[in-house]
Amino acid sequence: MPADSPSPSSLPSLLLLLPLFSALSILLFKRLLKGASVAISVGSSAVCFVLALLMLGSSDSVTLIAPFIQVPGLTAALEALVDSQSRGMIFIVQSIGLLVHLFSLGYMKDDEARERFFGALSLFMFSMNGIVLAANLFMAFIFWELVGLSSFLLIGHWFEKPSAAEAAKKAFLTNRIGDFGFMIGILCLFMANHGDVSFSGLKESLASGPLHETARLHSGLMFLAAMGVFMGAVGKSAQFPLHVWLPDAMEGPTPVSALIHAATMVAAGVYMLVRCSFVIEASPSAALWIAWTGGITALMAALIAVRQDDIKRVLAYSTLSQLGYMVMAVGLVASQAGAQHDSASPGHPAMFHLYTHAFFKAMLFLGSGAVIYACHHEQNIWKMGGLRRHMPVTFATFALGTLALAGLPLTSGFFSKEAILGVAYEVKGPWLAPLFWIAVLTATLTAFYMTRMFCVAFLGKSRSEHASHATEVPAVMALPLVVLALLTLLSPWDWAARLLSAMKPDHAAPHLTVLSASLLALGVGVGGGWRLYRNAESDPLAGRPWSRWLENKFYFDELYQGIVHLVQDGMAWLISGLDRGLIDGLVARLPASIAGRFGQRLRALTGGQLQAYGFFLGLGLIWLIYELVMVLPLNPR
Amino acid sequence: MSPLFIALLLPVVAAVALSRGAPLKLASTPVALANVLLILGVMLSRGFVSPEVVSHVGSIAMLQSPALNLSVGVDGLSLLMALLTVVVSVCACWQIDNKREGARAEHIVAHLISAGALGAFVCRDLLMLYAFHELALIPTLLIIALQGRGESANRLRVAWKATVYLGVGSLILLAGLCWLMVSLTPEGAALVTDLDSLLKLAKEHPLPALKQAQIGLVLLVGFGTLVSLFPFHTWAAPAYATAPVSTAMLHSGVLKKFGIYGLLRVLPGMLPLALSQAWLQEALCWALLGNILWVGWVCIHQRNLDEMLAHSSVMHMGYLFLGLAAGGAVALEGVALLAFAHGISIALLFALAGRMRAQLGTLEFRRLGGLGSHSPALYVLFCFGMFASIGLPGLANFAGELMIFVGCFGHPGATALGMVQWTAIAALWGVVMSAVYGLRALRALFQGTSGSGLFLSDPPLAQRGGLVLLASLLLVAGTCPWLPLRLIAPAPKDKPAAGAVAPKAH
Repeated sequence: MPADSPSPSSLPSLLLLLPLFSALSILLFKRLLKGASVAISVGSSAVCFVLALLMLGSSDSVTLIAPFIQVPGLTAALEALVDSQSRGMIFIVQSIGLLVHLFSLGYMKDDEARERFFGALSLFMFSMNGIVLAANLFMAFIFWELVGLSSFLLIGHWFEKPSAAEAAKKAFLTNRIGDFGFMIGILCLFMANHGDVSFSGLKESLASGPLHETARLHSGLMFLAAMGVFMGAVGKSAQFPLHVWLPDAMEGPTPVSALIHAATMVAAGVYMLVRCSFVIEASPSAALWIAWTGGITALMAALIAVRQDDIKRVLAYSTLSQLGYMVMAVGLVASQAGAQHDSASPGHPAMFHLYTHAFFKAMLFLGSGAVIYACHHEQNIWKMGGLRRHMPVTFATFALGTLALAGLPLTSGFFSKEAILGVAYEVKGPWLAPLFWIAVLTATLTAFYMTRMFCVAFLGKSRSEHASHATEVPAVMALPLVVLALLTLLSPWDWAARLLSAMKPDHAAPHLTVLSASLLALGVGVGGGWRLYRNAESDPLAGRPWSRWLENKFYFDELYQGIVHLVQDGMAWLISGLDRGLIDGLVARLPASIAGRFGQRLRALTGGQLQAYGFFLGLGLIWLIYELVMVLPLNPR
Repeated sequence: MSPLFIALLLPVVAAVALSRGAPLKLASTPVALANVLLILGVMLSRGFVSPEVVSHVGSIAMLQSPALNLSVGVDGLSLLMALLTVVVSVCACWQIDNKREGARAEHIVAHLISAGALGAFVCRDLLMLYAFHELALIPTLLIIALQGRGESANRLRVAWKATVYLGVGSLILLAGLCWLMVSLTPEGAALVTDLDSLLKLAKEHPLPALKQAQIGLVLLVGFGTLVSLFPFHTWAAPAYATAPVSTAMLHSGVLKKFGIYGLLRVLPGMLPLALSQAWLQEALCWALLGNILWVGWVCIHQRNLDEMLAHSSVMHMGYLFLGLAAGGAVALEGVALLAFAHGISIALLFALAGRMRAQLGTLEFRRLGGLGSHSPALYVLFCFGMFASIGLPGLANFAGELMIFVGCFGHPGATALGMVQWTAIAALWGVVMSAVYGLRALRALFQGTSGSGLFLSDPPLAQRGGLVLLASLLLVAGTCPWLPLRLIAPAPKDKPAAGAVAPKAH
């Protein structure tokens, strides 16, 4: 590295400070800066992208950025950890971040609150970089919550719209429930590991230290710790049962959906699980739970996606499903850790799928944004159709994304999905074996719903006025699509994966079963979708009794609303009534009335009878003398 | 003479001058501002010394026999609380509407509360500490009765209720303090009331554990009533919702912290074994869960910003008690930090609520909505206060809460969860609950569309000063918690080398 380039340790600080500076200056001087705020935000993102590239060539390091809390007994410093995992993730975040900034220049051109939008984007970049670079769990938690805040601001960008405001609130609250568990996990690890929650400290301690003992002797505490950390990921990566916020988050502007709700923030949960994989490995029962949670999420979301008509919602459920895939991979790898997984090798199928998925899913989302922009904010795929002719660039990139997501051989999605299926196939034990078939079924459904969406939106005839007048988006929006398409094409190959720290797992011996199962899934899915939807004017699956369940997302929203209404608001009503009646009554009114009664009784004594007064006076005197003579000398103090 | 005497005298002089007809603009906010500068000056001249060092000591004899001195001095904790007092005071005075009828009385009371709280925080004598608190309390109750919101019957009822609770609580507190002082005073000597001597005595001749716990119980009930510890909390919410805005800011932000400050002074130093008695610790844990979860539910039920804020301030006291229950240096430092942060955030929120009520005439959620689109500045300020109060990292309250929670789990190598840890886990759920009501309020007031056509406009720049001051303090203390921590916590012994690079094979 040349002498005048920034030293490796200043890179992480700059990656945090630049977006923070941009966010703060926009927050404070929005009125003064006007259009310049947009330039500051995009500029900071561009510089950060260059920094991310520089970081790809830097060596591993830990840098102290700020002391935050440092008192005897607690060190919660902001320290940046640079290793192959964070280098790769920073590249994903910054490259997609820059492209989304550029895309937003076009997409948000006419928005009145453009400055606020770009300010929040910068805040997001700051928080996300913080999670990625975190060297200890406290720092991870701090930025974990800040990412929640920036997501809240961006989903609620159009906060005058009630649905957007509700979605923002829902996202934040659901994430808070996850954070509740995350904090419990951190605190358990803090206690068990004598106050050290840095990743390196935890890893060492698990190999040969206090945590090693804890894992051996107190599996309950270890389970609680692992599940706590996992619960954080359940919230952030929208896993079942906290998945409900992600589809609603599509109320935010589409570039935000591409950046936050497809490629980066929702991937943070998986990223953190891989970071803490040694904690999960220490608790096999937690690994089992994690694998199954991922599997269930993957299948459930894929089923729901089959019957969604909103282009962004299909993609949202598909993201859920793919995140479930990654989480399942984390659980599977952890549960067979002892057998063959070498934790020292940087490859991890979940991280590799995260990396390939980030590029093509961001491309799909931006593609859907381009479609929505061209169709004047129409999001229903049944009101599109025939876009192939009007929007060739979008069409080509969207087709590539669809094929990658469906897992066509030689595209990036194929390689990473294959890696996960391979792990699922190799895993031993009756409790985990069914996950392989769940994964294959999910892959089939993925191919099916993507073909459906692609056929309905892009092929056939235009089914609405807007769709027939759609035109290709301006260059500033098309360029990011093309770049992402390139990244999608290049990313899976060994040299690129190594260059970009993609954490591609080492080649295992290919299994014929796995290969044929994934090809079969692709064939059945695409074939079925093509047959049903190639020339469909309306959904042939509509109206079936089972399809209503899918259409209504298994009624989770209704169920949760009922719980919130009955349990939370009901309890609140009951308790606030009791608070006013019972507590106040017991503590204040009861003593008051007793005092009152007592006063009434006493009044009877003071009836004006001199004899009675004399009697009480005498009684009091005798008691006083008794105290003075008999009691006090015995107890001098 | 110690500059602390000037700091104590300034608000009293201001109050007297105001009652003699001094112009409001000249004699109120500027004096409070001068006091901020004075306390900042004290902080600077103190420099970075160890937190337990008492500096700027001064003493005035008040009574020969029994000897009663007004002795002042600040250690780190006192200074932090004094800073809180003067900052909230200046903002409270700043936002009183001078054109309103009765503004003068409000100013006078604000200065009296400020003087009383300041006195309680900087004096080094247990009896005077109590007396100063009473000095601040009486005008508070009076102004609620005289100038509170709503019908006179209602506010009299509220003020009376608060008076009874706080009066009885103060009496129990006095009894507890006397018991403590009498127990610690050596046989035959005159009653020791001086804080430092008491601490020394307690260290040399510790009381038996059971007696410590008994005194601790009385003090917890006494101080606890002042801090609205469950189940002695029902006075607080109606009092805050009824009080004039400046009074609500000062009482919930500053004066209430007196109880916590007193417990921090007495419990760890003089009664260190009190909470190691399982029965007392368990009782405190249940009571604080009452604050956090029970009052949390009550909070969720509120449909009016005033009431919600008032209950939330009761709820958050539970976290301070959690830190006390955990004991240990980290938790107690967290308590002090959170007390400071909570004081700032709740003052900001009450100030905003007052301003909104003055303009809108109502704070009912169902009648309002979409306020954010016309008043972006108030929206941002409200977000600052609300997100701080629900413990978002980057704003002040988070660091204190984190330290308290960590303090609960600060038993290195423990392998099973005990009472305190389970309480902490239950209390963590309170963080979710406060997000529920906090975001509900944000959503109902500022987002969406206006249902009834009521709009809010941003105040002119000059009137934003106090609000911006509070918000920026939240941000600074939140992003750089090591700054306030320097005042109250000793420096870490083994600092990890900054910029340490651990090169590995690449």
